[in-house]
Amino acid sequence: MSRSLLSIEELGEVGVRRILDLADTMAEVNRRPNPKVPALRNKTVCSVFFEDSTRTRLSFETAAKRLSADTMTFAVSQSSLSKGESLRDTVETIAAMGVDAFVVRHRSTGAPWLIDGWTQASVVNAGDGWHAHPTQGLLDAYTVRTALNRPGGFDGLRVAMVGDIKHSRVARSTTAAFEALGATVTWVAPTTLLPPAIDESTRPISDDLDAVLADGVDVVYLLRMQNERMTEALVPHLREYTMRFGLTPERAALLEPQTLVMHPGPMNRGVEIAVDPAELPGAVITQQVTNGIAVRMAVLFDVLSPDSDQEALS
Amino acid sequence: MTKRVLSPDDVRRATTRMAHEIIERNQGLDGVILVGIQTGGVWLAEALGAEIARIDADSSVPVGSIDASLYRDDIGIRPVSPSAVSELKADVEGATIVLVDDVLFTGRTVRAAMDALGDYGRPKAIQLAVMVDRGHRELPIRPDFVGKNLPTSADENVAATCDGVTIA
Repeated sequence: MSRSLLSIEELGEVGVRRILDLADTMAEVNRRPNPKVPALRNKTVCSVFFEDSTRTRLSFETAAKRLSADTMTFAVSQSSLSKGESLRDTVETIAAMGVDAFVVRHRSTGAPWLIDGWTQASVVNAGDGWHAHPTQGLLDAYTVRTALNRPGGFDGLRVAMVGDIKHSRVARSTTAAFEALGATVTWVAPTTLLPPAIDESTRPISDDLDAVLADGVDVVYLLRMQNERMTEALVPHLREYTMRFGLTPERAALLEPQTLVMHPGPMNRGVEIAVDPAELPGAVITQQVTNGIAVRMAVLFDVLSPDSDQEALS
Repeated sequence: MTKRVLSPDDVRRATTRMAHEIIERNQGLDGVILVGIQTGGVWLAEALGAEIARIDADSSVPVGSIDASLYRDDIGIRPVSPSAVSELKADVEGATIVLVDDVLFTGRTVRAAMDALGDYGRPKAIQLAVMVDRGHRELPIRPDFVGKNLPTSADENVAATCDGVTIA
C-alpha cells in the first residue's frame, strides 16, 4: 500500500512533525557544496500539472533530483487531454510506465484523491482548486519553526492570515499546518473574501487589520490578491483593498522587528504588499522558497519509504 | 529474555582502552575527527572524545556525527528514518576519520556512512571503532578498534550503551 500526501488534515499533527523533522535533515543536504543524496535513486517521480505553475513544479523537480530520483513532467497543454483522453486513462497510461509517485496539481477540488484511488503509486497534492496545497502549508510551518526557533511547536504563536481566504488553498493548508502545531490563526479579510458558512467558533475572524496588528502578532501572512476579484466586484477597488488590508509603509512601521512577514508568491507589489520586503527585518519570503525544496524532499522521501516513522534497525 | 554481557564498568574500561589504541595508531591526533553514526554511535564517539582529552591533555579531537540513512541500500525494503542532522564539526578533506558505532553487524550502515562522508570531501583515511562486533557481516568491512567481540545468532538483538551491553 503506497503512502500519499493529500492534505494537512489527513497528515495530522504527528505527520506534520515527522515531515518537519525530516526537512531538517534535507536542509543540511541542501547546505552542502554537492547537495545530492542517493536516497531515491531507484524511484521515478512524475509531475502532472493540469494547471499552470512554474514555481511549485520547479521546486518539486529540484527536490526529486536532489534525492537522485528520476523525474518526468507531464505538461497538459501538449498532452492527449487536448485530444479528448480522460483523466483516468492519462493517469493509468503514465502509471504503466513505472511511476512511483505522482505530483499532481489540478484546478478541481478533490482530483488528487481520485487519482490516488486509481493508482498504486504515491500521490502528492501540489494544489487542488481552492481546496488544499499541503506542501505550501508544510514549508510555511517549517519557515516559522526555523526563523523563530520553535522546534517544540507553536503554542501561543499568533498569526494574522490576511487577504483572499475564500479563493486560497494556501490559506486553508497553511492555517491547518499552523493550527496543528498549536498556533492561533486569525483570518483577516473583507466579508466578501471569506468562505461562506464560516464557523467563528473555530478561529478568530476580523475585518480590521489595524486592530489585529495592535493586539500583537508574531506572523503576518499576506495572501495574493488577484485582479479578477475586482472585476467580480468582491472588492470595490484594489487601492481601497490596499488601504484596509495591505502591508503599507505605515503598517510596516508599527510591526515589531521580529514579526515575520510571509507571502506564498507571486507577490502583487503595491497591492497586498506596498513596501519593499527587502526592507522588512522580519520578511522571510525568500526563505519560504528555499525551504520549499527541503520540505518537498522530506515529503517525497516520506511517501516513498514505507513505514519511515519506525526506527531503523542498525 | 535479556542477558547482560558487559556492565557499565566494562564499557567504561573498553572505552578507555579504545581511546588509547586510537591515540597509538594515529601517533598523536593531528587531523583526526571522531564521527559517531546517528543515532547509536554518537554516545560512544563523545565518550571516546572525552577519554582522549583526559588521557592526553595537549590534544583534543573534534567529535561530530553523521546520519547515513539517506545513503542506505535498503530504503523501501526496511524502515529507514533519518533521526538527526549530520554535524561533522571539521573539514573532512584530508582528515583521518574515525567512524564510531555502537554495534557492528551486517556492515551496511558503515558502508552507507562511508558514502555519506565522501559527499563532504575526500578523507585521508577512514577507520572504524565499535563497542561490539557481533559478526554476520554481509560486506567486506572490519573494525579497527573493538570493545568486545560477541558471537551472536542473526536473530538476536544486541544493545550497547554507556549503561552496558545486552543481548535479547
